[in-house]
Amino acid sequence: MPAVAGGRRTPLSLLVVIAVGGAAGACLRRGASLLWPTPAEAFPWTTLGVNLAGCAAIGVLMAAISARHGVHPLVRPFLGVGVLGGFTTFSAYAVEARGLVTAGRAGFALAYLGGTMLGALVAVSAAVTVTRQLAGIRRAAREEAG
Amino acid sequence: MTWLLVIAGAAVGAPLRYLTDRAVQARHSSRFPWGTFAVNVVASLVLGVVTGAVTAGAASDRLALLLGPGLCGALSTYSTFSYETLLLVEEGALLLAAANVAGSVLATFAAAAAGVGIAELWWG
Repeated sequence: MPAVAGGRRTPLSLLVVIAVGGAAGACLRRGASLLWPTPAEAFPWTTLGVNLAGCAAIGVLMAAISARHGVHPLVRPFLGVGVLGGFTTFSAYAVEARGLVTAGRAGFALAYLGGTMLGALVAVSAAVTVTRQLAGIRRAAREEAG
Repeated sequence: MTWLLVIAGAAVGAPLRYLTDRAVQARHSSRFPWGTFAVNVVASLVLGVVTGAVTAGAASDRLALLLGPGLCGALSTYSTFSYETLLLVEEGALLLAAANVAGSVLATFAAAAAGVGIAELWWG
């Protein structure tokens, strides 16, 4: 049964792909938080690392998809909306920052809020730039060979 | 079992983010990414309530896993937020990009704090 959003029908297969990807991404994030647990009043390095890795990855993904023709239409929903959307989190970021303020660590909270934000924007923009350049080099090599 | 709870929550949260984004983006014509902004604020509010409920002893660890790392983790996103901000910068919409950055941080922080506050009032 198709779901309706924004006046246009969304195929169920698309939602299933996003759900599976989202579950996979959330499991990766949970795995990271079990491997590298951060106590409530400590600096949330694990969430920061997860978010920066996810931002770099979406930069690579989006630049790679737009540089190539014939990419399967479900690749972006699965990896971008699903896996990376499920992997990264804004809610834990906000709640952790609030927890740091409540614990009397306002400096940590500010460093965490600002550091994640700055790092995320640098990560996504560097990933897009590098991926576009690599795609350009590949395209040039193909044109030279062909 | 704990993994199944996270999977179940995320399998709802991620499609819910997609559908919310589609629905919100279809209802305005500005370039501001209101869809992602909305899911991030709502997820921060809900996670705040869940966090406050756990502290007050009103929510079990299982429910917290389902709703926290599961639902809210997958409903909210930093990757799409950062990519949409980058697109605004590349389009030259620097003011909108700055508004998205500052607005998202302030609104999600306020939502998280409000969520915890609501839980403390309710169960405290």
